[in-house]
Amino acid sequence: MPDIQKLEDIATQVRRDIVRMVHANNSGHPGGSLGCTEFFISLYFEIMKHDTNFNMDAINEDLFFLSNGHISPVWYSVLARSGYFPVSELSTFRKIDSRLQGHPATEEGLEGIRMASGSLGQGLSVAIGASHSKKINNDSHLVYTLHGDGELQEGQNWEAIMYAAANKVDNLIATVDYNKKQIDGSLENVLPMGSLKAKFEAFGWMVLEEKNGNDFQSVIDVLNKAKENTGNGKPIVILLHTEMGNGVDFMMGTHKWHGSAPNDEQLVNALSQNAETLGDY
Amino acid sequence: MIDTRSGFGAGLTELGKTNPNVVALCADLIGSLKMGDFAKNHPERFFQVGVAEANMIGIAAGLTIGGKIPFTGTFANFSTCRVYDQIRQSVAYAGKNVKICASHAGLTLGEDGATHQTLEDIGLMKMLPGMVVINPCDYNQTKAATIVIADYEGPVYLRFGRPSVPNFTPSDQKFEIGKAVHLERGTDVSIFATGHLVWEALEAQKELASEGISAEIINIHTIKPLDNNAILNSVRKTKCVVTAEEHQRNGGLGDSIAQLLSREIPTPMEMVAVDDTFGESGPPMKLMEKYGLTSKEIVEAAKKAISRK
Repeated sequence: MPDIQKLEDIATQVRRDIVRMVHANNSGHPGGSLGCTEFFISLYFEIMKHDTNFNMDAINEDLFFLSNGHISPVWYSVLARSGYFPVSELSTFRKIDSRLQGHPATEEGLEGIRMASGSLGQGLSVAIGASHSKKINNDSHLVYTLHGDGELQEGQNWEAIMYAAANKVDNLIATVDYNKKQIDGSLENVLPMGSLKAKFEAFGWMVLEEKNGNDFQSVIDVLNKAKENTGNGKPIVILLHTEMGNGVDFMMGTHKWHGSAPNDEQLVNALSQNAETLGDY
Repeated sequence: MIDTRSGFGAGLTELGKTNPNVVALCADLIGSLKMGDFAKNHPERFFQVGVAEANMIGIAAGLTIGGKIPFTGTFANFSTCRVYDQIRQSVAYAGKNVKICASHAGLTLGEDGATHQTLEDIGLMKMLPGMVVINPCDYNQTKAATIVIADYEGPVYLRFGRPSVPNFTPSDQKFEIGKAVHLERGTDVSIFATGHLVWEALEAQKELASEGISAEIINIHTIKPLDNNAILNSVRKTKCVVTAEEHQRNGGLGDSIAQLLSREIPTPMEMVAVDDTFGESGPPMKLMEKYGLTSKEIVEAAKKAISRK
């Protein structure tokens, strides 16, 4: 059984990292980062078999691709808190000469990152390629991805969704951060997408839906359920309902914090809501 | 006479036997790309992605994680223009070991017309940091290049074509990325050609020789990285230049050589290339004539370059 209290303690620290990183540059994407904190911590601290002694080819370990690269703050924080690189390096986020680029990149050799992302809609195709590579190598480990819901407006996703089902890519678990918001407003206002569940099912995927995407036990349970269903001839997607800005009350319930940084006063407020548990960077 | 795409197919067949890490992907053009042998012989290493080129490039990028060496195959237009951002982010910026293999480049695609005749691909690809750009001249050279790029670590764009053309490169000639091939030595003018225009340059050399003009013919099969030394050494001797390519003047081989010469040895230079226009339907060789990409234009350009010394 996972130690939920331990994960909650990591989460308040990761949230502190996120708002401090974004505040320090007056740029970055706190909303989606905060909303996916529980997902990332579950993946890296409970679900995936992975080695912090980084190897690009990831033989005999699970893999993760972040397709919606703009939520890099949460990924960087969780990678550092997992031991991939020094926590102190989080202070370089978005600064010149940093390995922590605004959107994830491989060029600077940051441990834990295997693909550049930021221009949306490309991650699922890449993950399918990595899934093929694992099968050719007789490596039974899994490939995980995360995608924004608004990101599914990019057409390449649907090429990949069609392909993965047709080719039985069943060592792949995709998760959609289903917060129903994007930069210009709600999905409903920008481009209504209808039922994602019906769309994925029509394309031949197994769909798991989790309404409590900010509850550790629920996130871990749905990821474990997905793992149990791999190898059955179908790719799996988790529609993970999350709250953009989760854990910082004034950032919740709005799309306003998708790509905006808190000011000094708002930072103090956000930090007061999240205890320093592992030591700030 | 044989098509360069068959050279690619033969090279891929060879790689299938010799390199177990080579995998191939195709976007519904197995026959056109001559990938049938590889697909039949290695079904576990071949991926038919359908008419979905963006997905193909992404899958190829992902396959490199785990040590595979992916070769993607489709027409040049769909290999570049259609998927530029996918190549830029998931292949070039991410530094992935993907070989983008592009057939039916240029006007000689022929009757399908301008929608399919990319004349911009060399420019697009050479602008990407870290991308190697190769445009071999005939079957033997295309086959050799296909085999060699599997051993090069990093992204490569390999451009070839549809029509049957003379096959004059010795079948045992070693292909070296970034190393120009001297075909004729001369003293009056340097003619740098790439792809299908290399044969036209050789034809032009004979015509010029009959008029008492000594032309040096150099096959620039690798546009990036450019063989600066071969170009500068030749130009130091001849003091004027012609470039020839089946591509837009903007962004092509001539553009790369002009940049080099303007920095190192400003030199009179003429460019045989497509002049800021789209192509059209027609038989390949008729199109080459209409758009001025034959030995005739190379001869004229050589005389003009010499007159400007």
